[in-house]
Amino acid sequence: MPFKKPAPKPGAAINEVVLGTGENAVKLGGESVLPFYGFDAEIANTTKIGIEVADVEFEDAVPGIAVLYAGATNAAERVVRAAGVPGVDFVCLRFESADPSGADTSAEDCAAVAKSAFDALAGAKPLVILGSKNNEKDAQIFDKIAAALQGGNVLFVSAKEENYKTVAASAGLAYGQKISPESAVDINLAKQLNVLITQMGVDAKNLVMNVGSAAAGYGFEYVISTIDRIKGAAMSQNDATLSMPIFTPISTETWAVKESTASEADMPDWGSVEDRGVSMEIQTAVAVIASGSNAVMLRHPASIAAVSKLVNALA
Amino acid sequence: MALKGLDIFKLIPKTHSNCKECGFPTCMAFSMKVAQGGAEITKCPYVEADVLEKIAESTAPPMKSLAVKLGADEGKIGGETVLFRHEKTFVSKTLYAFTLNASDSDEAIDAAIKQNVSVDYTRIGERMYAEFAHVSSPDGTNLTPLAVKAAALGRGVIVSTRNYDAAKSAVAAIADSKPILNGADKDNFEQFSALATEHGILLGVNAPNLEEMYELVEKLEKLGNKNLVLTVDTGNIKTAYEMVVQIRRTALMGGDRVFGYPTIVNVAGLTGGDPALQSALASLFTVKYGSILLLDKMDYATALPLYGLRQNLFTDPQKPMRQEVGIYPMNKGAENDPCFVTVDFALTYFVVSAELERSGVPLNLLICDAGGYSVLTSWAAGKFSASSIAKFVTEEVESKIKSRTLVLPGKVAVLKGELEAKLPDWKILVGPNEAVALVKYARELVGA
Ligand code: SF4
Repeated sequence: MPFKKPAPKPGAAINEVVLGTGENAVKLGGESVLPFYGFDAEIANTTKIGIEVADVEFEDAVPGIAVLYAGATNAAERVVRAAGVPGVDFVCLRFESADPSGADTSAEDCAAVAKSAFDALAGAKPLVILGSKNNEKDAQIFDKIAAALQGGNVLFVSAKEENYKTVAASAGLAYGQKISPESAVDINLAKQLNVLITQMGVDAKNLVMNVGSAAAGYGFEYVISTIDRIKGAAMSQNDATLSMPIFTPISTETWAVKESTASEADMPDWGSVEDRGVSMEIQTAVAVIASGSNAVMLRHPASIAAVSKLVNALA
Repeated sequence: MALKGLDIFKLIPKTHSNCKECGFPTCMAFSMKVAQGGAEITKCPYVEADVLEKIAESTAPPMKSLAVKLGADEGKIGGETVLFRHEKTFVSKTLYAFTLNASDSDEAIDAAIKQNVSVDYTRIGERMYAEFAHVSSPDGTNLTPLAVKAAALGRGVIVSTRNYDAAKSAVAAIADSKPILNGADKDNFEQFSALATEHGILLGVNAPNLEEMYELVEKLEKLGNKNLVLTVDTGNIKTAYEMVVQIRRTALMGGDRVFGYPTIVNVAGLTGGDPALQSALASLFTVKYGSILLLDKMDYATALPLYGLRQNLFTDPQKPMRQEVGIYPMNKGAENDPCFVTVDFALTYFVVSAELERSGVPLNLLICDAGGYSVLTSWAAGKFSASSIAKFVTEEVESKIKSRTLVLPGKVAVLKGELEAKLPDWKILVGPNEAVALVKYARELVGA
């Protein structure tokens, strides 16, 4: 008997969401088969890679990251450097200093920084804005930033159970930006947030889910299974409340674990901190991409190079 | 092709109809059970031997589970029944090999061995190391001495060559190690199969694409060899991915047992020597269906994330992973440093310990028995209470730790009063609600 390839029917398509404007806009999602299963059906858009930049300088940056930003004196300059890294599809600007238990930068000041970064980028790459993980403050800064970047088609990460109403009303409805409901490896919450936000009037095609993230080895099976199940529901069961593309911020997780931070003095066997951090970032990213994440956020140029090399080889 | 109950019923001789010796009321009831995999066909004493084999085969699991010798230990590959881990546990974790090339100088090989075997450590109770040494000599030159060297490394050995004479000599020299013989192809398969069968070892089957692989496996099965591993060694990332995915899907979705074997993926042949690309590919083929990955090398940068990933992936989705109860000093915490208490749910432990470590503050993390649930779940279930914490602290902690400062997770702040009553010597503090805030909290606590 000759070999007969399994030919499962392609499922319902994931929504296609556009970030940015003009010729450098980026499309996320649109696929109807599992990642890189081009042998089942044509895949609309490849996996996209965002680079993480913070509004303040990274603490204890490894050489490859420090070199990239050396001499850059503000967020706008760093964003421009980041946009030039080979393999980057979009730039993620994270407002670490907005944290009320940290520098507590005001929403107005955040908006001014965001505007300067957006102008400096001059449409070369789409922009994604991340908050400080303080729900109340994030809602405030997103409101001001969304207003300042109106028309830029910018993605705001994230809208959580605690603040989605404000984020959806301002960034989503008032300023027509894209928003990212965040659901911490809970498929029911993911669904619920999508439903609630669309009921407020935000178009489902303006949503990109953040379904949770972790570094490989740190409860990462929950991330994999959540993505597997969401893609299964969206494509095989045609569940439109879960058919938004997925964005996974990897770097904020992977650069915080001990494999990526323990010094060579403390862990002499382990070798270079930078090599460990890069490998942790790459492996975590590839694992979520292979499960179905449509876009990831990475920090190190070497990780971006390797992940983009693999994505291109598989496309 | 899988047999249905009715097909099996037809194969049972009607001479002893419904005699009940199999433990079932009728031949038909028995046949249905066998078809579902709920009973062994051998329970009916009247089925003929050749029919027995036919039925046993068709009711076997879709993917073979095969034993592999790993030095003094034994491992297994294959036996998977699902494509996604939330459906049912992935049963055989991906195993890793580092590669030794016979074309390299002795010095280079010895240096490679030293480096590769140095990666050997324990992560949450599991030994992490490359389970195989992979020796490669496509034309057979210098294969035997290298195989002998590899067999002395106390792990499994994979011998890769296309040269029959070299294979014969190498396999005979390390027969006790039960190496995997990787190198059967469309030209040499008869000889290679006979050699593998003679030594009772697994045979790695090589073909450039799915169609030829299928044909070759059918030929080997016809020779009676079903001790096979399918080697994906294409030199092209896209083809390799398609082959690995399709082999697994053909067996599990299509129920076609010709591809019901575990796979070996030659990752080293895809990296072009780029360690970052090796990391990417190792992760890809661990998540998607590789049984054994042949890597260029195993170093800590590759191993630390990879073994963590594997440990997470190959867990029972129904059972929460638990962290062992006990005292975990962080940042060289000693007996006078403050204590932070939390539950034994592995995910909680991971997140909390990572943040506490990041704070750089010397302290002790206390992991309490909470049934393996998260803080709020175990608190709601009464498994993480003032009594259980107090009991743990008085029985296990007070004799070892002199500090009398205890930080509670913010989510169970309500326990503070009760705990103060139960542990009058202790200063009970309430930590933050979320783990991310621990860095700042810990630093402020010690005034750093
Ligand atoms: S032992 Fe065999 S013949 Fe007897 S009832 Fe069972 S299946 Fe039928």
